[in-house]
Amino acid sequence: MADGEQATGNMTGLSGSSASDVSTGRETSAEKPRKGRPRFELRFGDAWDYAPAPERAPCEIADTYGHFINGKFTKPTETFSTINPANEEKLAKIAQGSTRDVNKAVKAAREALPKWSRLSGKERGKYLFRIARRIQERARELAILETKDGGKPIKESRDVDIPLVAQHFFYNAGWADKLKYAFAGAEPGPVGVCGQIIPWNFPLLMAAWKIAPALACGNTVVLKPAETTPLTALRLAEIFEEIELPPGVVNIVTGAGETGAALANHKDLDKLAFTGSTEIGKVLAGIAAQRGIPITLELGGKSPNIIFDDASVDQAVEGIISGIYFNQGHVCCAGSRLFVQEGVVEEVIEKLKIRLASLRVGDPLDKNTDVGAINSKMQLEKIKDYLKIGTKEGAELHKVNGKPLPSKGYYCSPSFFTGVQQSHRIAQEEIFGPVLAIQTFRTPEEAISRANNTPYGLAAGIWTDKGSKIFEIATRLEAGVVWCNTYNKFDAASPFGGFKESGFGREGGMQGLRPYVSL
Amino acid sequence: MNARLEVTKTYKMYVNGAFPRSESGRSLPVESVDGKHIGHICHASRKDLRDAVGAARGAVNGWKARAAYNRGQILYRMAEMLEGKGEEFAQAIKQSTGDDLRSARKEVIASVDRLISFAGWADKFAQVLGCNNSVAGPYYNFTVPEGTGVCVVVAPDEPCLLGMISLMAPALCGGCTVICVGSEAHPIPTSILGEVCQTSDVPKGVINLLTGQRAELLTWIAEHRGIDAIHAANLEHDEARQLRLGAQENVKRVRVRTIDDDAWFETEECESPWWIEPFVEMKTIWHPSSA
Repeated sequence: MADGEQATGNMTGLSGSSASDVSTGRETSAEKPRKGRPRFELRFGDAWDYAPAPERAPCEIADTYGHFINGKFTKPTETFSTINPANEEKLAKIAQGSTRDVNKAVKAAREALPKWSRLSGKERGKYLFRIARRIQERARELAILETKDGGKPIKESRDVDIPLVAQHFFYNAGWADKLKYAFAGAEPGPVGVCGQIIPWNFPLLMAAWKIAPALACGNTVVLKPAETTPLTALRLAEIFEEIELPPGVVNIVTGAGETGAALANHKDLDKLAFTGSTEIGKVLAGIAAQRGIPITLELGGKSPNIIFDDASVDQAVEGIISGIYFNQGHVCCAGSRLFVQEGVVEEVIEKLKIRLASLRVGDPLDKNTDVGAINSKMQLEKIKDYLKIGTKEGAELHKVNGKPLPSKGYYCSPSFFTGVQQSHRIAQEEIFGPVLAIQTFRTPEEAISRANNTPYGLAAGIWTDKGSKIFEIATRLEAGVVWCNTYNKFDAASPFGGFKESGFGREGGMQGLRPYVSL
Repeated sequence: MNARLEVTKTYKMYVNGAFPRSESGRSLPVESVDGKHIGHICHASRKDLRDAVGAARGAVNGWKARAAYNRGQILYRMAEMLEGKGEEFAQAIKQSTGDDLRSARKEVIASVDRLISFAGWADKFAQVLGCNNSVAGPYYNFTVPEGTGVCVVVAPDEPCLLGMISLMAPALCGGCTVICVGSEAHPIPTSILGEVCQTSDVPKGVINLLTGQRAELLTWIAEHRGIDAIHAANLEHDEARQLRLGAQENVKRVRVRTIDDDAWFETEECESPWWIEPFVEMKTIWHPSSA
């Protein structure tokens, strides 16, 4: 491979089933610095510019969408607009869910429950297999829709989100007739009607994480997608219609926070599940406590990514990139706190600067785009606030990606802070954007204690070439997912979820069934 | 005169490997079922709870880091010591509850056996609850359970010994350290249990036993940010709600069971690995697999 062609198009290494770590043929000229070049040099296709390569496949979007209740789309009365954050254009009008809509949806789910839960596991599984297959068939359309509605690069929706959505349905389909083997010595039964509220960062993937295990275990569902990203969930509802999922088994009610509140407070729910901010999660936990029903929570994070001086630095730098700049940093498990052992700080930061400068920021539909649009204006303002706060607190902001941003739409250049103190807000609070806080450490003990010094405990990254160190550190980090010499990898067979205030319950894997059965 | 005056026991709490009285200086009289004064027990305060949380927090990492085999042997040792003090427990239960000696002994035996069961689970539950995950890529991926942290046990009034042991053992087995608020109606077995812990190589702080008034302590338990999990049984509806409401503050794991008297003796129900599962966190570890 020629120098100038390195590492294009696979910034995360997350290519669905063919995920592979960055380990191939990256050339570094660190040993032989050339004149006028930095000491540590990685070249990322900077020899020539890329021509625009937008995804142009057609993807129909209706003018208006109703809720999906009892197997039918309702006729909307009150609506709000969902927009494309990449260019601020309106995509469609979406029904604003009222308490009445929620009541209808829960009633439909309740009525569908007896038949669905009594259906043999094999037959339930067959519906889920059908859904998985149909998602694969319509993958391209779903990817485009996801990118338009949410702003994420098409590369990610096409290679990460949608393949994982299909895999989650396929994986859980296979469990439906095998639940007794997943729960040793127990007799798993369904929990009942589940109210599920999901966020905007992985809209369809979160829907799949919630719906697939619930259905496999014999429950029925009322799902509320996020206000800014309802389109793919509604397209999923079309798929449910197509594959003849019995009416009422999954109901989708769109809307903003009030719709979510109406759902969470509904008296006929048997279970709540939520993915989103810790703040809202605690409120929902309160509602569940009042009602005495179970809840699962997948909440925020401020995950540490720890680089030891014996790590392969080039790979670690790729891990930093996929850790914090994947999906514009709108990732609950983003590696937003970087801890670098003092001996390699200089090298890591120099290489990070070069790599960061190479990221292409802009049109999410362009197949070469690495960092797309921020999901909403509100989120963009929040991120900008944190950039100001970090600077004001005394940390140094590095905006090394000088790529011009589109004039319309919500964009934020990826950046990082050095000189960050533990007491800084940018080191403690979830920013949910492409902003990294870098700190240093001397000993493994120091790394562990500082990494754990947070109320969160969702994920962590460890970079070292020493196996025994990996196991020791992985054991002592308080995190539900520990990525060793890799970061931000997901799979339907792999449980995901947090320790401490990052929530409880797992999604994915055998353990992901547990929240949806009663034993 | 040959009559010998009996040397009676002062009932104390068990915190951080020592036998303190309540820092508040408070105590509560305990009467037998026929109204005879048995003695006084310590009336734990908010500060006693805080001290216990501090002790349990300090012991968590050490307890988690011990080999599961070792944790199992310590639980087994507790069973041995409980068996040895069986008659003292049976008499205490009989005196306080009014049960006949036969049923009091039955409860002690079931408690010993319960400890044995979880002693055996210590190095096995991870093999039942954890697993290797077949991910679609060149990665080695596995999920292992580890102790949630500091767990408060709120024991039911009855069965006073078996209820407490049944709620504590799965949390200890899973790698949690425990603060137990013993039976309010029959507190003396809680007090004696400290002597079992102290002679069983239980590291200090791993088990802490408080006596006193449940309702008073529940508020502080629910809100304390140093507590990670709660295992309780047969609470009043309002008590359970109060616990869950307070617990949202730091996202505590709360499990409140409703178990009738006979069900405590059912091994199938109460010795299942699914009693351990609420008090462990699933940790999933990824590593690339390539040469």
